[in-house]
Amino acid sequence: MNKPLDARIPAGPIGEKWKKFKADMKLVNPANKRKHTVIVVGSGLAGSSASASLAEQGYQVKNFCISDSPRRAHSIAAQGGINAAKNYMNDGDSIYRLFYDTVKGGDYRSREANVHRLAEVSVDIIDQSVAAGVPFAREYGGELANRSFGGTQVSRTFYARGQTGQQLLIGAYQAMMKQVDDGGVQLHTFRELLDLVIVDGKARGIIVRNLLTGEIERHVADAVILATGGYGRVFFLSTNAYNSNATAIWRAHKRGALFGNPCFTQIHPTCIPQSGENQSKLTLMSESLRNDGRVWVPKKKEDCKKDPREIAEEDRDYYLERRYPAFGNLVPRDVASRAAKQVTDEGRGVGESELAVYLDFRDAIKRVGESTIREKYGNLFDIYREITDENPYEVPMRIYPAVHYTMGGLWVDYHLMSNIPGLFVLGEANFSDHGANRLGASALMQGLADGYFVAPFTVTNYIASTKMDPVKTDAPEFVSAESDTRKRLERIMTLGKKGCETAKNGGASRTVMEIYRELGKIMWEYVGMERTEAGLKTAIGRIQKLRAEFNSGFQLVLPDEGKARTQLLEVALRVEDFIELGELMAIDALERRESCGGHFRVESQDDGEAKRDDVNFAFVSAWEYSGDPSKPILNKEQLVFEHVHPTTRSYK
Amino acid sequence: MSNHAKSTKTSSKNMTVKLKVWRQKDAKTEGKFENYSLDGVSASMSFLEMMDLLNEDLTKKGIAPVEFQSDCREGICGTCSCFINGQAHGPERGAATCQVYMRKFAEGETIVIEPWRAAAFPIIRDLVIDRSPFDRIIAAGGYTGAKTGPHADANSILVPKPDADKAMDAAACIGCGACVAACPNSSASLFTSAKITHLAMLPQGHPLRERRVLRMVEQMDKEGFGHCTNIGECQSACPKEIKIDFIAQMRREYLAAVVNQRPESKSGGSG
Repeated sequence: MNKPLDARIPAGPIGEKWKKFKADMKLVNPANKRKHTVIVVGSGLAGSSASASLAEQGYQVKNFCISDSPRRAHSIAAQGGINAAKNYMNDGDSIYRLFYDTVKGGDYRSREANVHRLAEVSVDIIDQSVAAGVPFAREYGGELANRSFGGTQVSRTFYARGQTGQQLLIGAYQAMMKQVDDGGVQLHTFRELLDLVIVDGKARGIIVRNLLTGEIERHVADAVILATGGYGRVFFLSTNAYNSNATAIWRAHKRGALFGNPCFTQIHPTCIPQSGENQSKLTLMSESLRNDGRVWVPKKKEDCKKDPREIAEEDRDYYLERRYPAFGNLVPRDVASRAAKQVTDEGRGVGESELAVYLDFRDAIKRVGESTIREKYGNLFDIYREITDENPYEVPMRIYPAVHYTMGGLWVDYHLMSNIPGLFVLGEANFSDHGANRLGASALMQGLADGYFVAPFTVTNYIASTKMDPVKTDAPEFVSAESDTRKRLERIMTLGKKGCETAKNGGASRTVMEIYRELGKIMWEYVGMERTEAGLKTAIGRIQKLRAEFNSGFQLVLPDEGKARTQLLEVALRVEDFIELGELMAIDALERRESCGGHFRVESQDDGEAKRDDVNFAFVSAWEYSGDPSKPILNKEQLVFEHVHPTTRSYK
Repeated sequence: MSNHAKSTKTSSKNMTVKLKVWRQKDAKTEGKFENYSLDGVSASMSFLEMMDLLNEDLTKKGIAPVEFQSDCREGICGTCSCFINGQAHGPERGAATCQVYMRKFAEGETIVIEPWRAAAFPIIRDLVIDRSPFDRIIAAGGYTGAKTGPHADANSILVPKPDADKAMDAAACIGCGACVAACPNSSASLFTSAKITHLAMLPQGHPLRERRVLRMVEQMDKEGFGHCTNIGECQSACPKEIKIDFIAQMRREYLAAVVNQRPESKSGGSG
């Protein structure tokens, strides 16, 4: 391909672009909408809100989710809140300021026009969610409450206790379930997308597997929306849910959709450290704890195994306060994570694994009393105690960074459509709004913006302006996509049996989980918080070796030949995709010889701080699948900053 | 440099547990308990990580792994669902199955693991159950009915803080079904009443208030759940500690709706 990508950004001043799009867009007559089917894959914030909104307009919507209920989607786990430029606090907030903060927070690697639209519709999201019955926190006067989050100087974050994601998702889910009852949405639970079907160059359907019966199904539509979330589970250990996976976007990528900035991943600084080799996930401790907790490690290596309470004040290194006096413990996520890695690399990590730093509330408790701290953070302290069996009111918490979010995703234009006509990508699954680093409380905002307020317009415009021939599921493209899927399933099951045979005969063969865990270790070690040219090359070599091992067999027991629920078969299919995507992430990180946001190349730094290279790297890497996962083709979308001029982020 | 090499140093004392796990091919086939012994379990492992380890062990022995449900593994998605030693979600109060840690169990202890048992939640396989009745109860009326589009400014309708707080207490439900599983009558009253209370507390929920309670209760009965007889097992088992008071609220809402019931006009505009 290698031609410049057209993001289809409307002309005009930044504040007028979205209005202009809506004024110029093509419409579908209300009576004709019911003749069009839209497939939505995923039921998180973006998927549920898009399904409900499109069905309300009259489209026939088919929603697919991998769980037993759409309400299980991982949006549910978001804790902190959702940003909106309401300026309810009268503290100088505005759409422009939210736009500015988000572009800057993303370290100047996002698309200005998309971010401005996000800031514009943020205010509508709050009105919409309140109308849907979301029980946001309120003041005694009955008005909505706000708090502040990292990377901003205003209070614009709306929240529902520590369960904002849950409440927003339930709001969108309920609106979708009303449409299920009204006949506008057909719900397909326990279904996993295994292929995208393209007819005449347009996305016209999907192939899914019924996870309970193993049956393969074909579904046809006039447009396909992927709202399937991020790919943080490439790292095996992350704060993401067990079933979160990249298969839908990866299969679309293999059918031609470009993958934008795959190496941009967010590592959250405050998670409960790994406690053993069998751990399956990491748990986040909210960013808000850094308001009162102080981060430190011992100055001397020999103190690291001591009881922290016995380490004298002068022997403690409050390294964030020391290095970043202006922001102290509240530096952004990428900076705090890297600093934690640096002190543990120096051998000053604490805890049994030596991979942790202290988050200490001793001084805060002394200052305001235990009851105030309990009131503010009680539920987080309880979670911590439950998991670690330690009392954080008495002993400092041990925390360590963990993979949390992926800013990269399928490339989309201003319409949130990929380079495949008719394939739209929403929420964390696309790449567009967060650049190289996402600010706190912005993921929920983007998911709902895309689903409630962007896709319903852009999908309509696409359907109204595209000539489409009727397609049925017996079209040759569907037949061949289903046949490809069946062959792939057969191959995976054969590899599973082969591995079991090998092991039975005393040969070396690992289980699919063992292979997956190794992929996670490679990714974390070399494509995690710090990346070097040598390390990335090592990672690519080791991932290729792992792919070869996978392709030579692994242990997988298949009762009923995959015709019944077999969760490890699902894992095997996902792991095959994770291995290929992991290699692309390493290739992208190798290609981007600059540091920006969450992407830190050791070769590009100023005294330990990330050094961006705007002359050579102010572009979106949009990777094209070539047929060989090791040889992707790079396309570029040049980023133009007309309003927010790139400067160096400094927190000193 | 090598972070992961270091993490292998983690040395928790290993223990052996005896597991008695319900195995069932599908809804039509009779199930039975199978006994397994599992080594290498550490106290810091979560209960579900122990189940992962069991499945690795079974795989290596050529035995089909135990099918169970889980997702977020931090107590918010509501996917996990096991009886552990006869208790829905196990011994920990106010916690889901995924928040139970192996330090709660003793070396050599026998742990009995079963799926939720309720006629309305058929067993799909092993510990996996069908909770789609909950989705259908929500579809019957668990929404405000507001469509996507421009709405009045969010602060144009004030909501007293105590009402908003009570709405949030009720809305905290994660839809796991432990209330049904723990109830001797397999009643879904706690689940249904939590949604009815959540939306009844907010002005945005008022236009459909009566229709909502009538339709949701009707759907609950249609799904084959039992009636509530005020036993209270549901609130003890609830991982979010949702209170049985909401069931009383649901009854008041129901009664008021029956008394006030207004016919929906046949000439459009209803709902």
